[in-house]
Amino acid sequence: MIDFEISAEDKVKVEEAHEIAQNLFRPISRYYDEHEHEDPMDLIDTMWKMRGKGFLTGLGITGALMVEELCWGDAGLYLASPGPGLGGAAVFAAGTQEQWGRFLARYGEGKPKWGAMAMTEPGCGSDTSAIQATAVRDGDYWVLNGEKIFVTMGRRALELSEGIIVVWATVDKSAGRAGMKSFVVEAGTPGMKVEKQEKKLGIKASDTVTVVFDNCRIPFNNILGKAEIKTKTEGFKGAMATFDVTRPLVAAQALGVTRAALDMLRDELTKRGIKVRYDVPRSKQTAIERDFMEMESNWRAAHLLVIRAMWQLQGGTPNALEASMAKAKAGRAATLITQRAVELMGPLGYSRKLLFEKFMRDAKINDIFEGTGQINTLVVARRLLGYSRDQLK
Amino acid sequence: MIGFSPSEEQNMIVNTVKQFATDVMRKKFRDCDEAGEIPAEIIDGAWELGLVASCIPEQLGGAGWEHSALTGTLLAEELAWGDLSMAMHILAPSLAILPIVEMGTEEQKKKYLPALCGNKFTAATAAFIEPLYDFDPNEFSTTAKRNSGYTLNGQKCYVPLAAGADFILVYAGEGEERQCFIVEKGTKGLEIGEREQNMGIKALATYELNLKDCKVPAENRLGGKKGSDFNRLANLSRVALASMAVGVARASFEFSRDYAKERHAFGEPIASRQAIAFMLADMAIEVDAARLLNWEAAWKLDRNEDATREACLAKSYADNMVMLVTDYGVQVMGGHGYVRDNPVELWFRNARGFTTFTGMAIV
Ligand SMILES: Cc1cc2nc3c(=O)[nH]c(=O)nc-3n(C[C@H](O)[C@H](O)[C@H](O)COP(=O)(O)OP(=O)(O)OC[C@H]3O[C@@H](n4cnc5c(N)ncnc54)[C@H](O)[C@@H]3O)c2cc1C
Repeated sequence: MIDFEISAEDKVKVEEAHEIAQNLFRPISRYYDEHEHEDPMDLIDTMWKMRGKGFLTGLGITGALMVEELCWGDAGLYLASPGPGLGGAAVFAAGTQEQWGRFLARYGEGKPKWGAMAMTEPGCGSDTSAIQATAVRDGDYWVLNGEKIFVTMGRRALELSEGIIVVWATVDKSAGRAGMKSFVVEAGTPGMKVEKQEKKLGIKASDTVTVVFDNCRIPFNNILGKAEIKTKTEGFKGAMATFDVTRPLVAAQALGVTRAALDMLRDELTKRGIKVRYDVPRSKQTAIERDFMEMESNWRAAHLLVIRAMWQLQGGTPNALEASMAKAKAGRAATLITQRAVELMGPLGYSRKLLFEKFMRDAKINDIFEGTGQINTLVVARRLLGYSRDQLK
Repeated sequence: MIGFSPSEEQNMIVNTVKQFATDVMRKKFRDCDEAGEIPAEIIDGAWELGLVASCIPEQLGGAGWEHSALTGTLLAEELAWGDLSMAMHILAPSLAILPIVEMGTEEQKKKYLPALCGNKFTAATAAFIEPLYDFDPNEFSTTAKRNSGYTLNGQKCYVPLAAGADFILVYAGEGEERQCFIVEKGTKGLEIGEREQNMGIKALATYELNLKDCKVPAENRLGGKKGSDFNRLANLSRVALASMAVGVARASFEFSRDYAKERHAFGEPIASRQAIAFMLADMAIEVDAARLLNWEAAWKLDRNEDATREACLAKSYADNMVMLVTDYGVQVMGGHGYVRDNPVELWFRNARGFTTFTGMAIV
């Protein structure tokens, strides 16, 4: 059935997420934007306690809706909230049940913990097949070497808590993509060091660090998926399966920031006595009405694309095409809509007194991480055309 | 429960229409565009699918199906994918049928609906648009004044099949309200103008209307004393047109995608270059985006909720989308897109009409 009705249970969860966003995130939103590398300890404790009581976003439609709400509050603080994060999603998508227990149980007990995922390196981002980090088998161990950059939540996962990081490395450079595997490294493992912490344009409450592996030894069974190199693309499939989940989730983050800008814009317009008249013909619309409708419809369309990708995921339908469609659309829409909101609000938009300029800075990352807009468009194009990587580069 | 798959029944309808669009409409649409005419077999063939009269109550000769705007958007997309002129022609009787079924008085239903349940296509239509660049359906310049009955004055345009219809549902301002009036063929003061000539939808016969002190009896006001719900009719029309825009855009996307894989330049299919491939990806994303927005609006209308915002957003989004996508369709094909041997220029011309098309289809 075609149906847009959210179940009553989900409504409660989404409302709860909205309240957290409104009451816990928004009041400290500007502070942690201006104090980049501080840890919001009160919020971290509160979010961890709520997690213990069952406030989990999860990976389906409900999860996407909740993430949108939380990022409506503050995208950086959402990322800074403790939990398994992208590392957890990777373990969940590619790990065994034993690994779920060993690596994920910690997120339901003890002190706050974070999880991280490290793919990007100084020499490669979009071209993930070019990664240089290596994993060499040594008896019951793997030995990791290499440098990972731009690791979201790397510092909090590895230095502030006993979290995990999922690291992509190659077990055989000559095997190309097929040699790529992912490994779980626990905080405190010797040979792993957190280095440079990035200063960023936005999502400043989220930490982004370099993690260096220097003969870092981890147990053999910390590999996610099989150790053998079987088919040409097998290793990479793990990463792709993760993307099916994480791309719509990151798209949902984008939608949250976007809606925050739209809501605030509507409020400011209302203060000036302007109400968007949806049903007037184009020839009679004001420029603001025309822009607003374009912005709102783009946000909503992206929202529905995200929900559709999640609905497929829940139903076990392959969604790689639709997940990338949603991410490409949402990343671009977020970028353009938040920029337009700053423009429309003039001096109020550009000023740091209000949050419009922050929304614009926070939104931009969504068109970059978890596959840039171009990379997601490329995925969509290849799938539509039935082309391989070699046929469409 | 959120879901995105049509029901079994909806799939059946969609498949039937798809088949018809592929086997019949697509075989003739270029000829029709050039000739400015649609052969009666095509229209009667579509009529036999029973899409239009299905919502008429059984005792009046219809199938008595429950009306669903959502199902309507699904089938309108397929018809428009086949051809927009034909789709509008085939669905034109709905412009009169649906408002009467939903909002007409018992007498109006009995008087006008049985004639529209025959074995052959019977024209019926509505007059909505007015020939002004700043035409505003919130303030029709066509007026209805109450006396013993109603006196209608004003000008309309883009009225599909006006010359062949036994009656026309005319939208007019009645004081502060917007109401519909049933004007029968031959009523004094109703003048049907020449057939219009447009940039696109060339196969669809549309006309200008002049209403000069055109008097209709009081019982011809749609819904009688109670009147009709203009907003709902406008919204049902918005989702119909938005779904047609999706159908036209999808046609252009599919055609140019297939072409791009065949056409070689610099030793490779043009689709293997990002400049082309990315246009195609954007087309596919935008088509889906517009469809989902429109489904949500139609779904809300089926729940009898006010969906003005959703329907306006969906229509406006689809209006922009269809222009972008059909433009890309031509661009992907280069010079071969510009010549009339290929269909993308036709879809491009049709697409430009959607910002103008209001009230020209309803589901
Ligand atoms: C704040 C932040 C957090 C991040 N978090 C993480 C994380 O947690 N884990 C992680 O592994 N990574 C993370 N990243 C890295 C992020 O995923 C990469 O930055 C991103 O994938 C792009 O890679 P790049 O920066 O090397 O750009 P490049 O790959 O160098 O790309 C540069 C430009 O070229 C374009 N381009 C590249 N290849 C193609 C192609 N084939 N066709 C068309 N265009 C192309 C790109 O779209 C882009 O516009 C993070 C980045 C930031 C900024």
